[in-house]
Amino acid sequence: MLPSLIIVFREVFEAGLIIGIVMAVTAGVAGRRLWVAGGVAAGVLGACIVALFAGGLSQLFHGSGQELFNASILGFAVVMLGWHNVWMARHGRELAAELRAAGQAVVEGSKSLAALAIVVAIAVLREGSEVVLFLYGVAAAEGGASGSMLVGGVIGLALGALVCFLTYLGLVTIPTRYLFAVTSTLIALLAAGMAAQAIAFLQQADILTALDQTVWDTSWILRDGSFLGRALHTLIGYVDQPTAMQLIVYAATLAIIALLMKVFAVPHQERPRAPGLAG
Amino acid sequence: MIRNARATFGLAVLASLYVMHAAPVRADEPVAITITIKDRQFEPAEVHAPAGKPIALSVKNLDSIAAEFESEALHVEKVVPPGREAVVRVRPLEPGRYNFFDDFHRATQGVLIVP
Repeated sequence: MLPSLIIVFREVFEAGLIIGIVMAVTAGVAGRRLWVAGGVAAGVLGACIVALFAGGLSQLFHGSGQELFNASILGFAVVMLGWHNVWMARHGRELAAELRAAGQAVVEGSKSLAALAIVVAIAVLREGSEVVLFLYGVAAAEGGASGSMLVGGVIGLALGALVCFLTYLGLVTIPTRYLFAVTSTLIALLAAGMAAQAIAFLQQADILTALDQTVWDTSWILRDGSFLGRALHTLIGYVDQPTAMQLIVYAATLAIIALLMKVFAVPHQERPRAPGLAG
Repeated sequence: MIRNARATFGLAVLASLYVMHAAPVRADEPVAITITIKDRQFEPAEVHAPAGKPIALSVKNLDSIAAEFESEALHVEKVVPPGREAVVRVRPLEPGRYNFFDDFHRATQGVLIVP
């Protein structure tokens, strides 16, 4: 039961972190629970479909189907996250406060929620497809132990949900004054990390071979495969042996998001100075 | 206008993708290594590769259950469905021992040795 628990938990907790962040970012916006739940449901459905077609997918594009698929959905998530940040910068914290005060899901607010719901769906789909494949293999294999393995899997899922909850609780304690800056930064780092991860998949598939030399090695400080390493991998994109291309894309993603936030920030409006990317 | 914002953002993303895609041709021909998964074991469980050259690692899953070929040291992670073959590219390596395993069944382990 334990191996199954650990394997499922390891996959699920990364999605749990992302969902926790999204819930915290949208705190106070009415209807967001429904959007996030919808994202999770779509992700689970997508994960089952991807697992079902894993065989065929892996053969596409000369065997690179899986990596291309992962890189594409990650890339799409990056665009969604970036768009969310630009949207927030454009509409400002004032509108967010208005949404909270009115307790209504304004159409504009829904667009931002939709983008984040898509990010949630993608995160759940990515991790979920591996969980589905693993659990299916367990169920199909030697019959005796599979019952306890499945129980282990369910417990792993529950622990992942706990991680999500704890992340959310941790973030919503941040005072409202700093919330905008902190969540914008978190989302930008999430996006940059996903972009670098997409690059890693493209390099693994031999689609992108330029600048693949390892720039530094911090595995002696923190291995990116350890639990803390994985958490930091999800949150800020930590990789213990980044390639040059990964670093460039990471920095470029942050720069592009920051630039777009500045360009589309609310003009001519008196805003109290706050620390953060748009400042 | 939101429409302009999205168009510009999309353009920026496309531009970045284009820059990344127009990458120079690889210089080194990769070294080919083949590993099979049978009865939840890697065969061979120990493989060798020269230092400084990219590696094309081919993993054939002869079992009836999906495996996930993974290595933290090699920064590789790929699901190998039953009966399929997966190829992963490994960046040029320094001398050392690089462990790999089946993430769905940790007891299945192997090592890549670079002398």
